[in-house]
Amino acid sequence: MATVVYEIGDDISTDVIYPGRYMATVLPTETPQFAFADDPVLNGKLTAGQVPPGGVIVAGSNFGCGSSREQAVSTLKGYDLVIVAKSVARIFLQNAINLGLGVVMCPTIEANEGDELEIGATEVINRTSAARFPIVPLPKSRQAIIDAGGLIAYTRQRLVAGR
Amino acid sequence: MGKTVVQKILARASGRNEVEVGDVVEPRVDLAMSHENAALVINQFLEIYEGTGLEAELWDPDRVAIIFDHRVPAESSKTATNQKKIRDFVAAHRIRRFHDIRGDVGGICHQILPERGYVRPGAVVVGTDSHTTSHGALGAFAFGIGATEMASVWALGSVLNVQVPATLRVQVEGTFPEGVGPKDLILEVIGTLTAEGANFRVLEFHGETIRNMSTSGRLVLCNMSVEAGATAGIVPGDTETERYLREEAGVTDPITPVLPDDDAEYDSVVDINVSKLGPQIACPHTVDNVKPIDQVAGRSINQVVIGSCTNGRLDDLAVAAKIMKGQKVAANTRMLIFPASARIFQQALAKGYVKTFMEAGAVVMNSGCGPCLGIHEGALGDGEVALSTTNRNFKGRMGNPKSEVYLCSPAVAAASAVAGTITDPRGEH
Repeated sequence: MATVVYEIGDDISTDVIYPGRYMATVLPTETPQFAFADDPVLNGKLTAGQVPPGGVIVAGSNFGCGSSREQAVSTLKGYDLVIVAKSVARIFLQNAINLGLGVVMCPTIEANEGDELEIGATEVINRTSAARFPIVPLPKSRQAIIDAGGLIAYTRQRLVAGR
Repeated sequence: MGKTVVQKILARASGRNEVEVGDVVEPRVDLAMSHENAALVINQFLEIYEGTGLEAELWDPDRVAIIFDHRVPAESSKTATNQKKIRDFVAAHRIRRFHDIRGDVGGICHQILPERGYVRPGAVVVGTDSHTTSHGALGAFAFGIGATEMASVWALGSVLNVQVPATLRVQVEGTFPEGVGPKDLILEVIGTLTAEGANFRVLEFHGETIRNMSTSGRLVLCNMSVEAGATAGIVPGDTETERYLREEAGVTDPITPVLPDDDAEYDSVVDINVSKLGPQIACPHTVDNVKPIDQVAGRSINQVVIGSCTNGRLDDLAVAAKIMKGQKVAANTRMLIFPASARIFQQALAKGYVKTFMEAGAVVMNSGCGPCLGIHEGALGDGEVALSTTNRNFKGRMGNPKSEVYLCSPAVAAASAVAGTITDPRGEH
C-alpha cells in the first residue's frame, strides 16, 4: 500500500520539477534538495523528511513535459517517490525507466492526498475510495531495461556479452 | 503498405528491409550530441564500465559531438569545473566535433550541427537535449534522450529498444502574409494538437509552403515539434536541403534524401493553409496556450528576447533589424539579442544588423542559450513579463516562477520592443 503525498495538475514540466538554474548540479546524489524547488509546499515536505519512501505523487496528463534533463528524474528517485499520472511525456518516461523511478500511467486515476493506493500490474486500486483504475502498460521495448535493473546495468550486460 | 520517412530511416539503421510501427529496433547512431550535460553523461558512462574489466572507450569518437551553449561563458565555478572536466574528456577520447566557448566556431548546438554539416538526410541523430528534434529539418530522424541513455549510446553505438513511432502528416499549403512566418505556423500547430497531442509520434511536414521554406524556417518547425510532445519532426530532404548542405554547410560528399512512399500510412493528417494566418502568441504558462495576437496585443512587456535554437538565425535577425532600423527600444523595456552561432553573429555584423540593434538600444549578447532556460543571464524580476522568440514559457522558465513569458516570432518581438507592449508587426490590418 502506498500513500498519496501530493496532487498536482496537467503539463507539469521539467522546469517545475527541477528548475534549470540548478542544472550545474550533475551527480544524482546531489539533486534531491532541488525537487520542485519553486513549489515551497512540496519542496518543504520533501526536504523536511515528511514524505515516506514509496510516497505517491498523483499527477494529471503530460507529466514531465519539456527538457530532457535527467535531474528531473534523479531528484524524484532520490526520495523514492512513485508517480501515478494520467499520461507522461516521452523523454521523462524513458529517463524514469532508465534510472528506475517508479512511474505508472493511469489515464483515469482519481485520488486525493492521504488516500491509500494499491498499485498492481494492471490496475491501481484506491483503497480509500474503493475505486479501480486501469494502467497503461509501459512500452514493451523498455521491459528488458527494467528487468536488468536500469539502463546502466543493461548496457553493462550487453558490453560484457559482446566482448 | 508504404512507409513513412521514420520507418525507412529506422529500417536502414537497424539493418532490416522494413519496419512496422510498434516494432522494437536498435538503430545504429550516426551522430550523438551533448552540451554541458556531457558532464553527467561522462559520469554515467564511466559507471557502466565499473567492475567489467573493460576500458571505457567511445564506440566512435567521430560520431560524438559536444557543444558548449547552455552556460557560456560559465556563470559559476561549478559550471566552469564541469566544462573543464568535459574538455579533459574530449582531449583524452579524441572527440573532434567539440565546440568550445569561442567567437569563431562556437554557438548553440542546434545551429552548429546544421551549419557545420554534421547532419544528413536519413541519419539517426540523438542528443541530450529535447530540442534535438531540430535536425529533422534536414531529413534526419533526430530525437532527445537523457544523459544515461547517451552514456549507453557512447558505449554501444546504438539506441537500445526503440519502438518505431507512428507518424502524423502535417500538410501545409499557401503563402505566408507579410509579417507572418514559420514560428506562427508551428505555434498554430501546437495550439491545435495540444502539448501532448503528438506524444510518442513523429510530425512529418509536407506541402508547398514547406517546399518553399528555407532550412532556417524548417529548423523552427522541427525544433518546436517537441512542444506538441512529438518524438521528432521531419521535413523530407529536397533540393533546398541539398542547397543548404552544399552552400552553407560546405558538404561535398553524396547526399541521399529519404522520402516517404506515396501510400505511406499516417496516424492522421493535419491540414493547414497559411495564406490567412496571423501572428500567434503562446501565453503563460504552457506552449499550447496559443492565441491570435489580437487577444493579447497591448500587454506591457519588461523584456524582449530574440535568439535561441528556435529563432536566432540570420533571417530572424534580418526581420528584426528591418523593423528596428532607426527606431528605439521603448523606455521601460529592455531587449536582449542572442545570435544562434558565432558565424551568424559575424554575418549579422557584416550586414549591419548589430549596429541597428545597438543604436536602437538593444543589448547584443554572445551566442548561447541565454535566458531561454533561466540559468545565468537575463533573468526576470518578480511580476515581470517577457516576450521571447524562444521555445518554452513554462512557469519559472526564465529563472523566476513569479514572472510570465509569452512566445512569438521575431517580427512580433521587434515591433513589440519598439512599442513596449505586445504589438502586431503588420500594423493596422
